[in-house]
Amino acid sequence: MYISMADRSGGRKDTESDLPAAPGAAFRLSPVIIWLGVVSMMTDISSESVSAILPLYVTGFLGLSTIAFGFIDGINQGASAIVRIAAGWVSDSTGHPKRVAVAGYGLSMLARIGFLFAGGVGAVAAIVTGDRIGKGIRTAPRDALISEAAQPDYLARSFGIHRMLDNIGAAAGPLIAFLVLLAIPQGFSTVFVVSLAFSAIGVAVLVLIVPGRKGPRPRREARTRRPLRGPRLRFPRITWAHLKEQGLGRLMLTAGLLGILTIGDGFIYLILQNRDSFAVQWFPLLFVGTNAAFLLFAVPLGRLADRWGRVPVFLSGHVALLACYLLAALPFGGLGVTLGCLVLLGLFYAATDGVLAALVSQLSAPEKVGTALGTAQTVVALSRMAAASGFGVLWFAVGAGTAMVCVAVLLAAALGAAAILMRGPGRQVIAR
Amino acid sequence: MSLRGRWLTLLAVVLLVAGGTAAYAVAAFQGAKTSQEAESAVDVVRADGLPAEPFVMFRNTAPGQGFGEAATVLLADPSGQRAVSGHSCDRVYAVRHLVSCLRTKNEVPTNFEATTYDGSLKAIESWALPGIPSRTRISPDGLLLASTVFVGGHSYSSAGFSTETVIRSSDGALHANLEDFALIAGGTRIKAPDRNIWGVTFAPGQPDVFYATASSQGKIWLVRGSLRDQTLTEVATGVECPSVSPDGTRIAFKKSMDGTLVGHRNIAVLDIAAGTETVLPEQRSIDDQLEWLDNTTVLYGVPREGSGQDSDIWSLGTDPAAQPALFIEHAWSPAVVRK
Repeated sequence: MYISMADRSGGRKDTESDLPAAPGAAFRLSPVIIWLGVVSMMTDISSESVSAILPLYVTGFLGLSTIAFGFIDGINQGASAIVRIAAGWVSDSTGHPKRVAVAGYGLSMLARIGFLFAGGVGAVAAIVTGDRIGKGIRTAPRDALISEAAQPDYLARSFGIHRMLDNIGAAAGPLIAFLVLLAIPQGFSTVFVVSLAFSAIGVAVLVLIVPGRKGPRPRREARTRRPLRGPRLRFPRITWAHLKEQGLGRLMLTAGLLGILTIGDGFIYLILQNRDSFAVQWFPLLFVGTNAAFLLFAVPLGRLADRWGRVPVFLSGHVALLACYLLAALPFGGLGVTLGCLVLLGLFYAATDGVLAALVSQLSAPEKVGTALGTAQTVVALSRMAAASGFGVLWFAVGAGTAMVCVAVLLAAALGAAAILMRGPGRQVIAR
Repeated sequence: MSLRGRWLTLLAVVLLVAGGTAAYAVAAFQGAKTSQEAESAVDVVRADGLPAEPFVMFRNTAPGQGFGEAATVLLADPSGQRAVSGHSCDRVYAVRHLVSCLRTKNEVPTNFEATTYDGSLKAIESWALPGIPSRTRISPDGLLLASTVFVGGHSYSSAGFSTETVIRSSDGALHANLEDFALIAGGTRIKAPDRNIWGVTFAPGQPDVFYATASSQGKIWLVRGSLRDQTLTEVATGVECPSVSPDGTRIAFKKSMDGTLVGHRNIAVLDIAAGTETVLPEQRSIDDQLEWLDNTTVLYGVPREGSGQDSDIWSLGTDPAAQPALFIEHAWSPAVVRK
């Protein structure tokens, strides 16, 4: 199934790239994507409900210092970046992305059980680490499953649907946690039990409902089929694969370049908070607001990416980020500016997160899609971490507003460079 | 398993998990309600103002009615009847006619607020806090009020976390944000962006001077702050959450014995003039800003074993041979008002 998919899209685009767009098959949403979306939704409710109250729990309930929390949070960041590529590679080489995804979701679920017994920094740190490693493991094989189930013409739209469901969970999780605390003061253990419940349902849906890969794995199929074909047929295939790899390399480079100028929502929220009394009180909801915008735009922008081109939408997403920086750098605040920034951030994520996964899937050979997705996630995560520490220095050196304008200017320049970098794969592969 | 079997299994899992969770939540809800409405575990009375005699204000952590409220006992009888204020505070501090109370409001979303109260426990001013309450102190003259909260988003990661420490006038107007002060350590100005400042203590008789903890790049300093010059200058290292003695000669603090940021914390006392440090014989790890009972005794909260909500206030002499003694049961965040 995989091979024929790549053949179809590759063959058509190679030979017909100069012809007007051919009408593709009608969009038909695979139930696999819906169910993977439901799994992500449940898991995100689970993890975000805990994330929202973890600071309160650690400092208020366990009575630990800030520094202890900073320590836990630090683990949080590093742990998941490391395992992503490995998990993608394992899912490719075994040909069982579902099993790897189950391992990842399962590990996060097991970690949540620990919260029912946690009592100190060490225990909380271990649990958080387990959860984040689980997240690192599951993301690449899950996206590989999505790209496998999606029609090639509607790859970005399919990822958009998954990300929409995912973000419904991310927005609902904190609200559920706050509601529990509203009803039961100090009811942290209830939040943990609720979180575990959603996590368990997510794993159950994945194990019971999402189908594993049927039939032989693609690499073996490719190996056995290739030698049977004549050299005339094989030669263009190799060229095509080579071209894809090149495009993938350039995509990674572009993602890294733009990632270095993606400073992290935390800073934007902070600037808003410094100027706007609304934002001070509703600080935890800024995150929820961004997720709400993300989930609203995820599908429309996915559709646009499939129709207009994934590279233009990916780059336009960064234009929204640029606009958000400029809006945040304005010398005045207020509700309008705050909401505007949240909408622009949501647009940015909707135009880049799923679309990048779609681009990576499209540009990588089918038997390497998990590794490629894991690598792309690591490139994005590491470059954004670098961006955040760089911006921290800049913030302190020249002040928040000026720092924001500096990054905006650099991002504008980087967008120009990215447009040139992505011109090759953009023209040949993405245009429909 | 057949497709039908899978769906039935999923249905069973969902029903089981949802039922179990609902049962747990209902039990927790009823448990919380029962304990809120129960008689207090200690002898309490409703306060109508701050006592005229010297007193200790603290957060009452005795289970039952009045849990979590600011309360007072007379300094002459710390284990006697406590007067609860009706105001919930996570962190509380008081001087003769002013109370500073930082609290968590269980709303959607959970948010945080600071309120000042006058001598008759009437609210003077309230303002929103940008994060979870951590420390508060009032200057001995009652003119300035310091607060430290944990803020999300200050750090490098989007889920980051750090402190914000501000000094306000007693009417709540912002006086200084210590993040904006120049931090001078090792003779040079530290410009690293991960600077955190917390745990302010005011120096008696010196309106311009305060001490606080500053940290950057994993190091911790005791800094002397000047409000006029807007500077924080290194005085010593490894000192966390300082507290100046009533006579202004010594600073009690938490000391990390292995130098790490999450290790065991002992109590130590620094002689400001001589620069000498004495580690006191408290064996438990302490995570509280110390308070002076008098010039030779410190007070601090210690959480009760196995309970996330209850704690006791202990006292300890600064003589190296002194042993910790229970000072006020079911209490946290002490403030001593002597005159």
